[in-house]
Amino acid sequence: MMPGAGSRRAVALHLAVIAVLFALNFILPEYHRGIFSRVMVLAVFAMGYNILFGYTGLLSLGHAMFFAAGLYGAGLPLYHLGWGVPESFVVGLACGVVLSAAVGVLALRTTGVAFMIVTMMFSQVFYLATLYFTTYTRGEEGLVLPQAARRVELGGVALDLTNPASRYMIALAMFSIVLLATLALVRAPFGRTLVAIRENEERMRMLGYDVFRAKLSAVILSGLFCAASGAAYALLFGYVGSGFASIQYSILPLLWVLLGGAATTLGPLIGTLFMFYVIDITSAYTSAYLLLVGVALILLILFFPRGLLGSIRERWLPWLP
Amino acid sequence: MAAVSVKAAVPLIETRGLTRDFGGLRAVNSVDFWLDGGEIRAIIGPNGAGKTTFVSLVCGRILPSSGAIRFDGRDITRLPAHKRVLAGIAYTFQITSIFPRLSVYDNVALSVQRRLLKSGRVHGAELDRGVRDVLGRVGLADRAATLAGNLAYGHQRLVEVAMGLALDPRLLILDEPTQGLSDGEIETFVGLVREIAKEATILLIEHNMHVVMELADRITVMNFGSVLAEGAPEEIRANEEVQRAYLGTGADG
Amino acid sequence: MGFGPYFLLASLEGLVTAAVLTLTALGLSLVFGVMRVVNVAHGEFFMLGAVLAWAISTAFAGHPSIGFAAALLVSPLVVGGVALLAERLVLRRLNYDPEATIVATIGLLYIVQQLALTFYGPDARPVQAPFNIRVTLPWFGYSGYKLAVIAAAIVLVIATWLVLTRTKVGLVMRATQYDRETAQAFGIPVDRVYAGVFALGAMLAAIAAVLVVPIQQAHYLMGRDPLLLSFIVVIIGGLGSLRGTVVAAVLIGLSDGIISVFFSPTLAKMLATLLVALVLVFRPQGLFGAATR
Repeated sequence: MMPGAGSRRAVALHLAVIAVLFALNFILPEYHRGIFSRVMVLAVFAMGYNILFGYTGLLSLGHAMFFAAGLYGAGLPLYHLGWGVPESFVVGLACGVVLSAAVGVLALRTTGVAFMIVTMMFSQVFYLATLYFTTYTRGEEGLVLPQAARRVELGGVALDLTNPASRYMIALAMFSIVLLATLALVRAPFGRTLVAIRENEERMRMLGYDVFRAKLSAVILSGLFCAASGAAYALLFGYVGSGFASIQYSILPLLWVLLGGAATTLGPLIGTLFMFYVIDITSAYTSAYLLLVGVALILLILFFPRGLLGSIRERWLPWLP
Repeated sequence: MAAVSVKAAVPLIETRGLTRDFGGLRAVNSVDFWLDGGEIRAIIGPNGAGKTTFVSLVCGRILPSSGAIRFDGRDITRLPAHKRVLAGIAYTFQITSIFPRLSVYDNVALSVQRRLLKSGRVHGAELDRGVRDVLGRVGLADRAATLAGNLAYGHQRLVEVAMGLALDPRLLILDEPTQGLSDGEIETFVGLVREIAKEATILLIEHNMHVVMELADRITVMNFGSVLAEGAPEEIRANEEVQRAYLGTGADG
Repeated sequence: MGFGPYFLLASLEGLVTAAVLTLTALGLSLVFGVMRVVNVAHGEFFMLGAVLAWAISTAFAGHPSIGFAAALLVSPLVVGGVALLAERLVLRRLNYDPEATIVATIGLLYIVQQLALTFYGPDARPVQAPFNIRVTLPWFGYSGYKLAVIAAAIVLVIATWLVLTRTKVGLVMRATQYDRETAQAFGIPVDRVYAGVFALGAMLAAIAAVLVVPIQQAHYLMGRDPLLLSFIVVIIGGLGSLRGTVVAAVLIGLSDGIISVFFSPTLAKMLATLLVALVLVFRPQGLFGAATR
């Protein structure tokens, strides 16, 4: 990227977004604060998806498995083995990394439509596994993590993850870390490499880049973010179930990213937030929220493929990362 | 054993029995090829003679069916393309292959970045200097901010060359670089290649005989996947077999 | 019952599954083969066919065969119409971009599914078979209707094959599949071919669904398994290869029937899905497809 004034503006914008989210903790009514906590955790899922779909140009239909890897990776040890919150979280991350590395090595042998189908099928295998090992997972019904176990002692301070305020702050902390990491990534040589692979893979190979390794790294990083989101979701909201591994949870991050703007750092947050409130508001009138998801997908891909921030960047703010 | 080699230096590129089949078609047939460092070598031949396939084998875009390739004495026959680039072989595409949605600056920066990554971290200032330097050399300094896809065709070819150049290669392969350029652009281009040749060995596929005669130290003529003849420009011009196969068809255009 | 009769029963059940699956997968394969797009909403066309079959057959009083015949005629036509509409309004505007089409057909999947839930409801409802004959085999009696389904599928597959290989329509379709641009240059209305193929693919799924509702009840989520199984069949058979599709459908249908008799169906599905994903990774041309293209 050409050196210029855009970089300082971009950093300022991201810090401002974090500051606003911080302030909202004290302003928002209880109900909306709850929604924001959830949105920030799930926006991390969307940001992870965006690394692969937006920046690297690889459309996966199986990211539910990475989210669920974090969810179960953190939830099962806490529930069955009585592990603490930090250890469980780390196990969740590790599961995401291992799974995404394995899936990446296999799925990256394919491209395009085949890649979409292969990732979807691997994810389906994961979903079926959560149903098959129902002794441990209780399948669709799922596990409710005991409230007493969801506490952390950090340097003498006891954090209760069931408390809305600490829940919000933990969600914000994780969101901020991933957001700033994404910003750093897209400005780093590695981020430029991924975008260039998206634009012209063969040329990158002939410029001496190890394209496979770069794509695999992107899959693993994406898997790590998604697993972090899943692990945090399990620990903060206390529920682990097969539904999170279903195909629907592979489609949702795609929808959020498309809506907010693929290959924009803040698009995933905006898309997730927007979709959450659209569903929240319409659910007062109809229970058919899947209809809404369907219509939104078709309208977006037909008329608005760049999403909200993508269009804004194209028209007005070319420096937006 | 103290066998004394007649040729003192190791050739930069050496191929032995290099062969590539596509289905039933033998595109490159048992080519023995030798290229010394510092040369400008042109490969000519009619369409379908296997020229692009041959250089693609050299740069690793495709793997040979049989035979061996050595680069500076090292066997690279099975080395993946990206590692050959790091070893110093740069390839510019016959059909312009750039990043149309990135700026000219970013196109070249990707190439400079790859070179800098070889030796560790990438520093912003060093990257910038590298990009400006290369853009200056190919004459695109004032186009840095333009999206590469919006450039005129001739300038896109220059971006292509700039990307190869920015890798600081030991061998630069140019696949029909002047195709589609105007006469004026071709003259500039010939000057540029002479400039590059001071630092790198050049392997050039070219149809424009004027450019070939102007630039090449030696010429290799290919036909039906094999090497038909090889020699200095005057020798090739005088070679009857070559004239029959190629020059005789009025290729001076 | 000893092992022999048990195995025969499983095989017969497998053949019925295979028959329905072949028709459904044939539709998906045709669409992918000619248009090079993956229709994720294919399972919903199947479901729509089944739900419509229920609606139509219950609208007729009298002998169940009258209602069934009407369903067999009308349901595929309506589903084909819906597909045609989707093709005109969405797919064509996307210029059949493979990735955009997948996203759009996912949207279509949700819309059709949700509309079915809203208007048809969450219950599974049966459709009466047009006739009720039991064929007596040495060990047990077997439903004559199920045997008729197998026969119908065979007839339809042969008909499709004849259309593709022996008629002008088939020639036009194959030409379009082989090379879109050239076909266009030779005056083939590629646009209309695409619309027709997409509708035909949906109609095949709908026919399969009408055939299956007397055996398996109509339900708004019944499109999921056929979609997944059709994917599996099309991949194993080699993307776009009709012969491969039929062979793979029979194999998978049979093994699905046989495996699920002996194993837990979830485990069977899990292993089958994993296996197919690995086929796509290591042998993208399918197990029966030609080696290269």
